[in-house]
Amino acid sequence: MPKLPAPPLPKSLKPLPKPPGEESEKMTPLQTVAEGGIHVVDWIDERTSLSGGVRWLLFRKVPKGINWFYTLGSATLFAFLNQAVTGVFLAMFYQPNVNGGAYESVRYITDDAFLGQLVRSMHKWGASVMIILIFLHMGRVFFFGAYKYPRELTWVIGVVLMILTLAMGFTGYLLPFDQRSYWATIVGVNINGTGPFIGPYLSDFLRGGPEFGATTLSRFYAIHMMLIPGLIAALIGAHLYLVTKLGISAPPWLKAEEEPELREAQV
Amino acid sequence: MPGAFEGETVTRRRFMNVVTQGSGLVAAMAFTLPALGFALGPVFSREPFSWQAIGHPDDFTRDTYTTKVLTIVQGIGEAGYSIAYVRTRDPKIDTEPGDQYNRWVALSSRCMHLGCPVRFVSAAQRFICPCHGGVYDFRGMVAGGPPVRPLDRFYTRLNQDTGLVEIGPRYSVNSELERFSPRDPGQPLDGIGQYLYPSRLDTSGGPPGHP
Repeated sequence: MPKLPAPPLPKSLKPLPKPPGEESEKMTPLQTVAEGGIHVVDWIDERTSLSGGVRWLLFRKVPKGINWFYTLGSATLFAFLNQAVTGVFLAMFYQPNVNGGAYESVRYITDDAFLGQLVRSMHKWGASVMIILIFLHMGRVFFFGAYKYPRELTWVIGVVLMILTLAMGFTGYLLPFDQRSYWATIVGVNINGTGPFIGPYLSDFLRGGPEFGATTLSRFYAIHMMLIPGLIAALIGAHLYLVTKLGISAPPWLKAEEEPELREAQV
Repeated sequence: MPGAFEGETVTRRRFMNVVTQGSGLVAAMAFTLPALGFALGPVFSREPFSWQAIGHPDDFTRDTYTTKVLTIVQGIGEAGYSIAYVRTRDPKIDTEPGDQYNRWVALSSRCMHLGCPVRFVSAAQRFICPCHGGVYDFRGMVAGGPPVRPLDRFYTRLNQDTGLVEIGPRYSVNSELERFSPRDPGQPLDGIGQYLYPSRLDTSGGPPGHP
């Protein structure tokens, strides 16, 4: 198969050389600024060769027939970014303190902090949106048959990402520390405990002991804020690498185009 | 084995590889193992439980339950409370063998389906769970719904010095009311269940000689 030509650089990054005899002409301020920007980009690119990777990621061939269903993956990515950004700012106010501090800090965010209710709501509703988008994305990949060879590993990583996202939902649900989140966590941990043999130990690990105790909330907070987000970010990187490396699959209703010689031979 | 010198068993390149990668492994383990042990340690720990006085023997009757609030985890406020329903043992209905630790029947309010708090409804003489509809009869045996075993119980005793009823560690029971070390809700103790859900590694919970 012939190698496809490399995608072109955008015009703005590739200024045309000036016609001869015009070098001495003064540049307009706009041109000076543009020249400065190109200079900075060139300086970085000369040392990192990043532009090749960016072009590889962004300017790639996609098959005919792609449609809006193919945007569900990046929609999920943006839901995750929304969770990450709002989560960082919520963490500036939140205290994982069982003795009323957690509930009070969430109340403060909701009622008193400037735009606190908005940011908290974005995080809370964004969590549900992310779960919904993940399942829609998964359904798209399943029904379009996009999980088949050679994209099985992309699918497997995606499933791990889905499980991690559900774990984010489980651990995040406890953090407001009101009656609903307390009892939901009791029930959730006990559901984990019904797994044969390892269930009891899993419950003890989640609670940080045989009973719901002082460390349970901070454990959930640390898992929610540091452990799982790091894993998710790393796996999203792997997922996107594979998507770019393997290319996007065509929708199943498109038939592969036959080689012209073969077509003539059949006729 | 090829070597630069006579009698050499490992090449220098291979020796260098092993030493470098080995020291990298040691360095990684030096922070991974303590962190892992720190995270997994609670699996092997058990909350200390002291006997708590809950009232005079006259405070309790055979006909109905008295609600008592216990502190099962210290220092975390309301989240550390649990509720016991206490009545005097009635030999006419309590057919399990009696001893010094069950002269008062103290049932845990923790539903044995998934751990929600059950409520004693005196009109129905039943314990009812609000979450998924578990129902227990007057003795705490499963009368309906999803619970997998009767309500957990607490050891009780009469303190001879103070004359007060005291409540002690929690224990679990199977449908014959045989005692087991405390298990989490959702884990059946009948038949194969007692083997599928092992007790905690440290089982120093009950009074001497009891699970």
